[in-house]
Amino acid sequence: MAWDRNQMAARAAQELEDGFYVNLGIGIPTLVANYIPDDIDVTLQSENGMLGMGPFPYEGEEDPDLINAGKQTITELRRTSYFSSADSFGMIRGGHIDLSILGAMEVSEKGDIANWMIPGKMVKGMGGAMDLVAGVKRVVVIMDHTNKAGESKLLKACTLPLTGTGVVDRIITNLGVFDVTPDGLLLVELAPEVTVADIEKATEAKFRVSDKLAA
Amino acid sequence: MKKVYPDADAALDGLLFDGMTIMAGGFGLCGIPENAIDAILKSGVKDLTIISNNCGVDGFGLGKLLDAKRIKKMVSSYVGENREFERQFLSGELELEFNPQGTLAERIRAGGAGIPGFYVKTGVGTVIAEGKDHREFNGETYIMETGLTADLSIVKAWKGDPQGNLIYRKTARNFNPMMASAGKVTVAEVEEIVDLGALDPDCIHTPGIFVQRLIKGRFEKRIEQRTTRKREAA
Repeated sequence: MAWDRNQMAARAAQELEDGFYVNLGIGIPTLVANYIPDDIDVTLQSENGMLGMGPFPYEGEEDPDLINAGKQTITELRRTSYFSSADSFGMIRGGHIDLSILGAMEVSEKGDIANWMIPGKMVKGMGGAMDLVAGVKRVVVIMDHTNKAGESKLLKACTLPLTGTGVVDRIITNLGVFDVTPDGLLLVELAPEVTVADIEKATEAKFRVSDKLAA
Repeated sequence: MKKVYPDADAALDGLLFDGMTIMAGGFGLCGIPENAIDAILKSGVKDLTIISNNCGVDGFGLGKLLDAKRIKKMVSSYVGENREFERQFLSGELELEFNPQGTLAERIRAGGAGIPGFYVKTGVGTVIAEGKDHREFNGETYIMETGLTADLSIVKAWKGDPQGNLIYRKTARNFNPMMASAGKVTVAEVEEIVDLGALDPDCIHTPGIFVQRLIKGRFEKRIEQRTTRKREAA
């Protein structure tokens, strides 16, 4: 059975390590915050200028001066610090953030990612996505394996305008987990009851299967 | 020199002209100079180039200038919250220059710091890199980005003193400090003007040298996405 949104987020939470500074993208990546294991210490960065992001406020305690990068009202923690957008992206570009977990429309077998624009259709902008994929130490994508039309989002080459080239380290889809290696994609994990044959059917990109899964 | 003005109309008097470039602070609707935006709308000035991370929402923030068709060109990183923006852009009425958010922030910081150009990895291999100088440093490819300045910067801070020293509050800081430094003239609006000496000199975010005119504003502080959690039952 394929993972649902929350199960994908829970799987992505296994990427977190004690002491990590982490930036979570909008959408499913935001849910990862709900699955941070109790025994590790993780600090969430919000690229609009905050380290140590807390949960949503209680009703009536919303502060218009305190939002995350998705413009949602949030709260601060005892560890919180605030800074300018230039300092925030200095942190990101300078390689000080350990992990970025973000969504994507397409990922290629070389680790290229497209997640900001559909020509002629969507005029929104890249926000901080290009800076994050270029600067953060490790980039993990969470996305559905196929789009609404049932077509593979893991491709030999992206067709949409790119956000970054050769920047993705790992991809978690609803069907399984892939690593981007110098030799292309490696399937390292399957969602429960999903077979390699299921993934082959749903995937346009070439991939190898980890020895771990052959057993 | 007196920096404190009675209101935004007075503070902007003599600074506005058609075709000018204005930097406007804020992220989404957080930390935006609401009073200066209203005064610019009222002035009738047009053909503006606006440098701002976002363009407000329909009918609020910079969306007001957009609705009145005063903006010729936007330099932004994300404009997804605004239907009128999309309409004007797709119909060709509005020019748009997308910058990655960190590149935009650094271009403004550099402009204010007298740095005309710098190299970043952001956007290499994407449409952002087209036509830009590419250069290798330590075996990696970078692209050149340029510093940005403006005829006028309008910023919003929490508190200011009569010398123009400013402090911001929480995530309402965002683009405001860099923009304050990159405007030929900077007009700051604050929630409270305090006496000289009331701000801890060790904790000032924007030193007064970057602020030429200061007003106490009135703010709606609209919330774009009101998200809350339930109180756990006692």
